Amino acid sequence: MDSEWVIDAQGLEKSYGSGASRFDALKGVSVQIAPGETVAIVGKSGSGKSTLMHLLALLDEPDRGTLQVAGNDAKSLSKRAVNELRNKEFGFVFQQFFLTPNVSVLDNVILPLKIAGTGGKERRRRGMEVLEQLELADKAGNKATTLSGGQKQRVVIGRALVNAPRVIFADEPTGNLDTATGAVVEDILFDLNRSQGITLVIVTHDEELAARCDRQIYIRDGLVVSRTASTHTGAHALSTADALTAGGAA
Amino acid sequence: MRTKDLVTTAISNTFRSKLRTTLTVLAIFVGAFTLTLTNAVGAGVSQYVDAQVGALGSPDVFIITQASDATAAGDGPVEYDASSSASVSSNQGPPGTTTKALTDTDLATIGDTAGIESVDPIRSVQPDYIEYDSGIPYEFSINATSAVTTADLTAGAQLDGGASEAQLVLPDTFVTPLGFASADDAVGASVSIGITDILGETHVVDATVVGVSLESLLAAGAGANDALIAELADAQSGGIDTAVTSYGVAVAHFDTALSADAVTALKADLATAGYTASTIEDQLGAVQTVINGIVGVLNAFAVIALIAAAFGIINTLLMSVQERTREIGLMKAMGMSGGKVYTLFSLEAIVIGFLGSAIGAGVAIALGSALSAVLSQGLLAGLPGLNILVFEPASVAFVIGLVMLIAFLSGTLPAQRAAKQNPIESLRYE
Ligand SMILES: Nc1ncnc2c1ncn2[C@@H]1O[C@H](COP(=O)(O)OP(=O)(O)OP(=O)(O)O)[C@@H](O)[C@H]1O
Ligand SMILES: [Mg+2]
Repeated sequence: MDSEWVIDAQGLEKSYGSGASRFDALKGVSVQIAPGETVAIVGKSGSGKSTLMHLLALLDEPDRGTLQVAGNDAKSLSKRAVNELRNKEFGFVFQQFFLTPNVSVLDNVILPLKIAGTGGKERRRRGMEVLEQLELADKAGNKATTLSGGQKQRVVIGRALVNAPRVIFADEPTGNLDTATGAVVEDILFDLNRSQGITLVIVTHDEELAARCDRQIYIRDGLVVSRTASTHTGAHALSTADALTAGGAA
Repeated sequence: MRTKDLVTTAISNTFRSKLRTTLTVLAIFVGAFTLTLTNAVGAGVSQYVDAQVGALGSPDVFIITQASDATAAGDGPVEYDASSSASVSSNQGPPGTTTKALTDTDLATIGDTAGIESVDPIRSVQPDYIEYDSGIPYEFSINATSAVTTADLTAGAQLDGGASEAQLVLPDTFVTPLGFASADDAVGASVSIGITDILGETHVVDATVVGVSLESLLAAGAGANDALIAELADAQSGGIDTAVTSYGVAVAHFDTALSADAVTALKADLATAGYTASTIEDQLGAVQTVINGIVGVLNAFAVIALIAAAFGIINTLLMSVQERTREIGLMKAMGMSGGKVYTLFSLEAIVIGFLGSAIGAGVAIALGSALSAVLSQGLLAGLPGLNILVFEPASVAFVIGLVMLIAFLSGTLPAQRAAKQNPIESLRYE
């Protein structure tokens, strides 16, 4: 992977609806993410965190602003190339689990590989490897609905991981979990970042989780703000956030 | 996604909502079942008619009548003309139909037409009974056109038109009553035919059985060659020259070497001369047209059932798309193209269509074959050789293919919906 691999977003704007019901969810957000970095997108509910993550992950298109992914302008990429990028280079952990019920844990995990067109044998091998890594190998044949919340979230991480992505986008990965289980899931994610160099973009309102990231981007009402303007946390988070978001704010 | 994965995923998705799939499949089942059966009836009847045509069809024979004088209602009465108005009842057309008679002059004209080799009037004879070896006599009739047709034989040989010996082809129902051990046993035997002349006196004519035939739907009675018919006609007339110079029907042989076009041209020539010429195939073709018409109507009902089922498929798949909004969103988020999503749902529709039609056709074949066997022993025993339901692999495959096509078309709308879904909207969907 070349050092060019970055997400470079400038002046992203996104609004929903039109006329009187028009709502500006993002009002000009600039974000840069370097390879191998862990970045937290922090903000209150409704501040536009998920919206921003969706734009960065090419799941949605901004109304205004430019977005470069690995040196390519997102607008210039064909639909097919965007699909390919999301399938091969990105892993997703959404705000909800989105596991397919009545389908086995293994089948849930290998969904991205199936979409990619990987052969059945290879899919199984990769899927089991990931499940072992997440200590879920014994649950491979179980239906997804029979798992506990923490186990489900690990399956979701397994699914994000199975295609060996360069970036994992995680939207509130611990939001549905109790503190202890949440900590386990966090450890797994940061471990992946350390051992495999996977870039992490974590959306959260949990200050402690944000503090574990290399860098925090604070969002308020669709704008990037400095840490002090959003909430207050420990001195560690404060210094990194101020240092790194200064250039990004519009 | 690989094609194989798409197919297996579609199949397993179909079985996810078992009750809903079952009900939809049932609706298709009804249509496919009906369509398979009606097609089988059509095939069974046409196969039977074909066999009859094959058995009866002398390819070089025209059956000739005067062009029909049926007057259109409203034309008023037709003026009598002594030279042409003599009508005879004939067995051409519905019972009670009369056609203008053919006279000896007509026969000469027909015989002179280029392409016609010979022309003979058909003389009908009404024998009273048949008996063998002075046993019990049985009522008996002779098919007037049998001399020019080919019987569906179970034993022996066809009639020899040129033979001077009086020959008979016996319907197989007579074999046992007359006292023969088997059909083969009857062949070669000499039987006696009783006939009453116009003066009320009974004559007995002897004939040799040359063959035994299956009873036919279209040509009832025994077959007799020209020699036997002539002998019976003579006996019937009681030696009195009744000067029968008008006949309902004549049989004309034409050159077998003529092409189909030349035969058509010949028919046209005869038509301009005022005669209706039809081959046996033409006549049976009319029967087949009626049957095809009936089968067509039945098929139309089956197709209506299938169209109703198509709405069932649309509904099922729309519900399925709705239910799986998040799953579709997730797959699209993970890079599945809209085209593949479309294919996936279309395949699900096709799988449902295949299930319904394959089960429908399968059950129709199983039930139909059993029914056909029972019927041919019971209700339809009077029509030997008739298999009322014939399941042709090609037509069964066509029904399954048609249903799958209907299912695919029904799946387009839901599949399009699924393919167009915005992943973000879908993932937000509660
Ligand atoms: N499809 C939509 N139509 C209209 N408004 C929308 C739509 N999606 C998001 N919004 C609005 O945009 C704003 C930002 O939404 P977003 O989901 O990004 O918030 P968030 O920061 O992720 O919040 P949370 O922490 O609760 O997940 C919200 O006010 C939301 O109501
Ligand atoms: Mg959110």
